[in-house]
Amino acid sequence: MKNVSRILPLYTADTSGVCSALYELGGMTVVHDASGCNSTYTTHDEPRWYDMRSKIYISALTELDAVMGNDEKLISDIVSCAADQEPEFIAVCGSPMPMMTGVDFDAIAAEVADRSGIRTIPLHTNGTRSYIEGASEAFLEIVKAYARECHRTERLGVNVFGATPLDLPLGSDQSLRRWLEENGMELVCCLAMGSSLEDVRRAPSARVDLVVSQSGMAAAEYMKEKYGIPYVCGVPFGKGFAKHLAGHIRSAACDTSGSCPPFVLPCDGFDDADTVVIGESISAGSLTAALWFDMKIAAKPVCTLESHRFFCRRAGGVISAEEDLEAYLSGHKPGTVIADPLYRYIVPRDVKFIPLPHFAFSGRCFQRDMRDLINTEIKEYFK
Amino acid sequence: MKRMDGLDKPACVRLADADVSALFRTGLEYNPPARGMWNIVHTGMLVPGAQEIFACAQGCLRGVILTAAEMLELERMSWISVSESDMFDGTLESDVIDGVCEILSKLDRRPPAVLLYLSCIHLFAGVDFDAIISELSRREPDIAFVDCYMTPTMRQTVSPVMKMSAQIYGALRPRELDANAVGLVGSDRPTDEDSELVRIIRGSGRRLLDITLCKSYEEYQTLSESSINISTVPTGRLAGDELERRFGARHLHLPARYDFAAIDDNYKVLCGALGTELPDFSKEKESALAALAKAQEVIGDTPVAVDYTAVTRPFEFALLLAENGFNVKHIVADTAAGEEEAFERLRSLSPDITVWSAVNVNMLDMPEQEHGHILAVGQKAAYFFSTDNFVDIVVGGGYYGFSGIRKLAGLMCEAFEEPKDRRTVIQHKGWGCTCCAQI
Repeated sequence: MKNVSRILPLYTADTSGVCSALYELGGMTVVHDASGCNSTYTTHDEPRWYDMRSKIYISALTELDAVMGNDEKLISDIVSCAADQEPEFIAVCGSPMPMMTGVDFDAIAAEVADRSGIRTIPLHTNGTRSYIEGASEAFLEIVKAYARECHRTERLGVNVFGATPLDLPLGSDQSLRRWLEENGMELVCCLAMGSSLEDVRRAPSARVDLVVSQSGMAAAEYMKEKYGIPYVCGVPFGKGFAKHLAGHIRSAACDTSGSCPPFVLPCDGFDDADTVVIGESISAGSLTAALWFDMKIAAKPVCTLESHRFFCRRAGGVISAEEDLEAYLSGHKPGTVIADPLYRYIVPRDVKFIPLPHFAFSGRCFQRDMRDLINTEIKEYFK
Repeated sequence: MKRMDGLDKPACVRLADADVSALFRTGLEYNPPARGMWNIVHTGMLVPGAQEIFACAQGCLRGVILTAAEMLELERMSWISVSESDMFDGTLESDVIDGVCEILSKLDRRPPAVLLYLSCIHLFAGVDFDAIISELSRREPDIAFVDCYMTPTMRQTVSPVMKMSAQIYGALRPRELDANAVGLVGSDRPTDEDSELVRIIRGSGRRLLDITLCKSYEEYQTLSESSINISTVPTGRLAGDELERRFGARHLHLPARYDFAAIDDNYKVLCGALGTELPDFSKEKESALAALAKAQEVIGDTPVAVDYTAVTRPFEFALLLAENGFNVKHIVADTAAGEEEAFERLRSLSPDITVWSAVNVNMLDMPEQEHGHILAVGQKAAYFFSTDNFVDIVVGGGYYGFSGIRKLAGLMCEAFEEPKDRRTVIQHKGWGCTCCAQI
């Protein structure tokens, strides 16, 4: 069965994706769920929780309120909290129980906005999907709500979309900024690590958007359609690929025809590669590129989460079920697997395993071992 | 610094002004990063060799699976995820049954028991849990299947923690009751061997049975031999009641108290049930009072904050401290239910104590407020009042009776003199459990 797992954990869910995406933007995020359910997010999905304050709350839904459809309690509680906390905006999202009762989050958001006078964004999570969907919708809606037409930057301005600690180690925003500056570019907005709502407002001043995870794809596509800003996908892992990716961003910025492809992963044809990288599609794809550029290692990404069709084609589809992944590894017989350490449980013993912790999978278990591979030497780690 | 006054829903109330029946208005909730309290995964792991299988939505699964991962117990944890369509296509029960059987077929070992957890949405959809357990028992007759519940939405009916504390005895098979066996039930940690409670039981020549001490499934099965079961924490009461209903073992609810007369009353009931003479506790009382006096001397006028996760009766414990000269300034608790008498006495004695809600949204910025030097009893108080001087226990720490008071006073001295690494200590999930998290 596809929905059964003997031992592998599962990825962060959509509600936590919303919270993670909006964490640093000064808003207030309300998850409509039972008391205590926020501890999953604050313990296992959010490495910033102890050191950085953010207004992430739970509605403390009860059985009685669910049965009676007492949306008024949720609305009045949010309005009361907003009066005390004075957030820049409010986001409200759902969980499994509201899914069951058919809560209308659009209507609730409208009512909250009307009573509080604060922009309120409904997000349509239900706790049954991965963080990619929640973060993706959150990024898209925040860009729609706050990005405003403005003059383009003089230097080559770049937005980074899809950056959360679920996929990238803390501090990655600084690494991305340094890498862009080294290459004569300027970070306009890193959505959403290390940037503010003001940075989101001026995001349209950028000339290229860099999508570093699937979570940022919808926002990038919106920016392309609305403001004509092209996007490029990839995380500048390693040295060679980082340089190549920077060149591709420059090309995209100069491309007036709109024909510059967003994907720049030059190792197609590695279907039988001896090394596989398991994980989020853009990270895994970028690492395969970095391995090729820096070490001439042919590697194939295995996408375990929702992915753009480009990656799905390249990776042979999304493989998320434990049994499918076991079958893939058994059939493909890779010599080396690079993946989160908890995947080791299903990787055959005779396969070389290189652990690469992914917070959205193993949470706090290996967070100090997470590697910032951005624009850095990777040969020692992957030799 | 964020304002803490003039709020629509204040996070605190002066004790003199508090309504004992409703300390705070309900609303949105905040979750502080103090992780010592056990959850239903930790508790389930007390059943030796049992496999935990959770069937629920991804968002609900994530927390429980990673709890097991941090405990290094993933091999005892499996799951079945539930999607939106699963709820409406008529396969609710069969998906769970088939999923459990598939998991069992893939395990490297044959577990003696499976703790099967369903979630809020299953119960809301009217799942037939009895039919699931019955069918699983038919298909896998050598395994004991226990219905377990991850139903926080239903927490106002029976809290998941209380229910789980009872369900961990669900795999027990009936045995002949042994008049010589006494059980301690419903607590997730052993009761202090040095407590009068344990000494009275052992001194009577009885066998003491406790799930927290069981090393094997066979040993676990002996728990149904107890002729008397004693619960000492509020969330353990259901466990004792259920065991009485199932096996006929007499249940004594003797909750840990911080009031000398109430402790005496507990021991009278215990000795009456055991048919033993009530010991003279004069020395134990003197020792407890001496330890409190010594602690007060060491701690002096330093303000003390007590939270509800450290002791199950925070108002009664605060009253004990206040009566013995401590400068109790803060209590972190969202309810005083079951402690009304202690609450009123404390209000008369120390009306200026501030009671703080642990979940109020306005507690978010509490650690950044100016608190001065505070001695905290409990992880949440340590976090909110930004102090490294704290007593690190949950649910009373297994301490009980007069010796418990003596030892808690000792822990307060120790906490005052030796600061802890608060950030690391309080984020360790499940006090006393293995936790591999790189905090």
